[in-house]
Amino acid sequence: MVPVLIILGAACVSVLFEALLPRHLRWSVQVFLSLFSIAAAGAVLVTKGLGEAGTGVLPMAKALAVDYPTLFLWGTLLALGFGSILLIADRSVERGGYFVAHAAIRPGTIQDRAQAATTGMQTEVFPLALFALGGMMTFVAANDLLTMFIALEVLSLPLYLLCALARRRRLISQEAAVKYFLLGAFASAFFLYGLALLYGYAGSVNLAAIANAAAGNERSDTLLYAGVGLLVVGLLFKAAVGPFHTWSPDVYQGAPTPVTAFMAACTKVAAFGAILRVFQVALKSSSWEWQYVLWAVAIVSMVIGAVLGLTQSDIKRMIAYSSVAHAGFLLVGSIALTPQGLSGTMFYLLAYGFTTLAVFGVISLVRDSHGEATDISQWAGLAKRSPLVAAVFTFLLLALAGIPLTSGFIGKFVVFAAAIEDGAAPLVVVGLVTSAIAAFFYLRIIVLMYFQEPAEDGPTVTVPGAFTVMAITLGVTVTLLLGVVPQFALDWADLGVFAF
Amino acid sequence: MNGLVLLALLLLPLLGGLVVAFLRGNDRAAKLTALGFALAELVLAAVAWAGFTPGGDRIQLAFGVDWIPAFGVRFALGVDGIALVMIALIAVLVPIVIGASWEEKLPEGRTVAGFFSLLLVMQTFMIGVFAATDVFLFYVFFEAMLVPAYFLIGRFGGPRRQYAAVKFFLYSLFGGLVMLASVIGVYVVASGKLGKGTFDWATLVSIAKDIPQSTQIWLFLGFLIAFAIKAPLVPLHTWLPDAGGEAPVGVGVLLVGVLDKVGTFGFLRYGLSMFPDASRILAPWVLTLAVIGVIYGAILAAGQTDMKRFVTYTSIAHFGFIALGIFAFSTQSISGAVLYMVNHGLSTGMLFLVVGMVMARGGSRLFSDYGGMAKLTPVLGGMFFIAGLSSLALPGTNSFVSEFLVLIGSFPREPVFTIIATVGMVLAALYVLWAYQRVMQGPVRGNALVGLAGGPGSAVDPASETAKTKVADLSKRELAVLTPLVVLIIALGVYPKPVLDVINPSVTATMTEAGQQDLVKEGK
Repeated sequence: MVPVLIILGAACVSVLFEALLPRHLRWSVQVFLSLFSIAAAGAVLVTKGLGEAGTGVLPMAKALAVDYPTLFLWGTLLALGFGSILLIADRSVERGGYFVAHAAIRPGTIQDRAQAATTGMQTEVFPLALFALGGMMTFVAANDLLTMFIALEVLSLPLYLLCALARRRRLISQEAAVKYFLLGAFASAFFLYGLALLYGYAGSVNLAAIANAAAGNERSDTLLYAGVGLLVVGLLFKAAVGPFHTWSPDVYQGAPTPVTAFMAACTKVAAFGAILRVFQVALKSSSWEWQYVLWAVAIVSMVIGAVLGLTQSDIKRMIAYSSVAHAGFLLVGSIALTPQGLSGTMFYLLAYGFTTLAVFGVISLVRDSHGEATDISQWAGLAKRSPLVAAVFTFLLLALAGIPLTSGFIGKFVVFAAAIEDGAAPLVVVGLVTSAIAAFFYLRIIVLMYFQEPAEDGPTVTVPGAFTVMAITLGVTVTLLLGVVPQFALDWADLGVFAF
Repeated sequence: MNGLVLLALLLLPLLGGLVVAFLRGNDRAAKLTALGFALAELVLAAVAWAGFTPGGDRIQLAFGVDWIPAFGVRFALGVDGIALVMIALIAVLVPIVIGASWEEKLPEGRTVAGFFSLLLVMQTFMIGVFAATDVFLFYVFFEAMLVPAYFLIGRFGGPRRQYAAVKFFLYSLFGGLVMLASVIGVYVVASGKLGKGTFDWATLVSIAKDIPQSTQIWLFLGFLIAFAIKAPLVPLHTWLPDAGGEAPVGVGVLLVGVLDKVGTFGFLRYGLSMFPDASRILAPWVLTLAVIGVIYGAILAAGQTDMKRFVTYTSIAHFGFIALGIFAFSTQSISGAVLYMVNHGLSTGMLFLVVGMVMARGGSRLFSDYGGMAKLTPVLGGMFFIAGLSSLALPGTNSFVSEFLVLIGSFPREPVFTIIATVGMVLAALYVLWAYQRVMQGPVRGNALVGLAGGPGSAVDPASETAKTKVADLSKRELAVLTPLVVLIIALGVYPKPVLDVINPSVTATMTEAGQQDLVKEGK
């Protein structure tokens, strides 16, 4: 409970700072406050969390459930949030930071060109990021659907705004934000309608109550089916599971890269945290009714991600489709309603989050005069110019492809092991075949970086500042550690199951 | 303490690879260091061989620590006779490959240190594949091996290297991922039987007989696809001519000499032993593919215009023989197959090296650019001839022993398949001798030898057949590279007993695990 309060409290303080502090102080104070509050929340989580959880407590009149999975997901979110804030705060890669100075100025106007020359940045990004992080933490701990809905909005609204704040390519950034907002609002509506139907069915928004109602009830199941369907669509949208992924390539591409990193890593954790809880607590007793529908969704997601990823020429869009494929793999783990499915999926989230964080960290470094060089062809021959960056990126791509000795492999293994144990072997076979297809587009980048000669006017790799170096190092180290000695994290993920 | 030898065998090349990687500026130091590590590895392998007791325990030199206890994964190493001879083969081939690559012309912008470093790293992974006694660990090495091989082909190979490297990687990765499903499946089945999942190979073998047939077939299919791609069996072979054709000569030697053997080794260790019923039921299918491979590989080898692709197609034919021996299920045929795996590494490896030396002189990969070369380079011609004779299994060379064992062991069980495969022997004589004749015999001719193909070879007057050319015969370095192979080829041809002594007990054990009676011994 305390870590969430720290983050949300810090977010409020951060808003006050934004209002009261003189402009020249804001950046440093906000960075310090954000990093410090996340570290403090993490420290509280580590020192007091385990005692607090035990078999799970339900604070706030059972609105939240603080149990071992919650603690694991909170820890993951905090660590990934810390890394994201490091990327967000960096001002050396993009001179003056990734964020626009005055977001209200319309792109393409004279004022906009004037502000492009200034080096200040919008420091509102820090409270926004903290609010989003607090919302995510509440989202994964929510024990009833109403709390979950509120958390969903708290995490989503700041993200919509963050998307629009890119310093460069303002138009595409704003377009992404509008698209994200419209589709996100649509998904929220689905979620809310599903919530209402389930309330009508069970007479309660509490997850356990819904499970009880579904287990022994003479009432018509139409409400249950419709409610579950709408609710799940809302959740799958947030997790960018295909075919509910359509926003993600545009938003990944348009958002400032640190925000994309934040979104890709943390939102995925939050959304799947909630999906796991809803599946395992509220819907377990009716699983036979929806499980095979989700089989189809998982297959569609894996195939869409792998196949459409092949056709992308923009690296951020490609990673977006890769994340759709990974969402499919995660869904395979989530559908296995066993403790192994839970711990496997959570491990995968941890592994995938850190790899993605580092991937976007590296992407932000490769630049030409127009900003980031996101067109894949521009990456040709990168290994010759910056062997270290190319080697790091290759390692991360191999992790995304799931090659052994990286976290991606262990993650795939635990998720698929859980699925096979739960009798979903065909799903696993599809997963592995799509992994092989997806490997092609990761390889394509490696081929470009290593086997081709650099173009004359190709992009250069910016020497990153300390913040970005720390974020990338964090991501790469965790990717390697979880690939070589994953036992400790598997133990954490396996401590206990949901309390309700 | 014996287990530490195996651990050292595994880690030494990796250490060497790291050291060499830091010698980027100094090519000569990088080469010498790489050679030093490879020779030290050879000595270590000899120590391991000496520490191995033929007829002793099934798995010897065992070493194990827990790796991922949550899934019962152990970092467990150990060798049986089959794995031991393969590791010895690797240890012999790597120094030779390093010697052969000494003056390899790398594509622009590639460093010598990078090449030799990757070569040594690949050695570690290859040894790991054969030394692992934990199925999960085996899988990890199986997949990890792809990464250095991919970079070796894609960064240092011929003009179409990128295409070849990606094709190689995707084929292998696809097979590997399908195998992963089976690896997980095995784990789940084991946890059903034992109450606790395990990847320990010996434990899995001990419960193999209790797994229902239908489950076995599904699990075996996953492994089968991966191994058939690796081996490679027709029709999953198309990556090999590309990869072998584009790879640098040294890497090609390891590719056809060692890396592909992982497939046939997998059939023995992870196919027959872990899924006895399934391998019996599916054997006719594999045998069919094997025999098709023998004939198809031979015909295509005869039709090749490119020398490196020629060698890879002869390999495909030979792998058919190995698969035939394994799935004929008799002690003799399996022993023959294992011996074949070693001999194929030596003779095809040598053929690959010789072809590389021919190409280094002529600068062309096409048969049609050569002719009468033996007049200019008699020693090289002789070496080509020896490698060819060994490849076509002339009595007195190593391959004869193994091919003979495979055929005589397979005949009582699978007469039809064996008779068809015998045709492959005749074809082998055809394609080898024809290749030799085209390159070495007759009047001196061809663009390569008159210096029109980009190589150093050049004649003063293209019109004159007896022109003085600058095509030099083998250098001392090249002789030093080939001599050990010639010695081994003849020694194993005349006296294969030391190797067979190591192989046979493991083969017998494999037969027992597979639940197969030896028809030959019963005199049927």
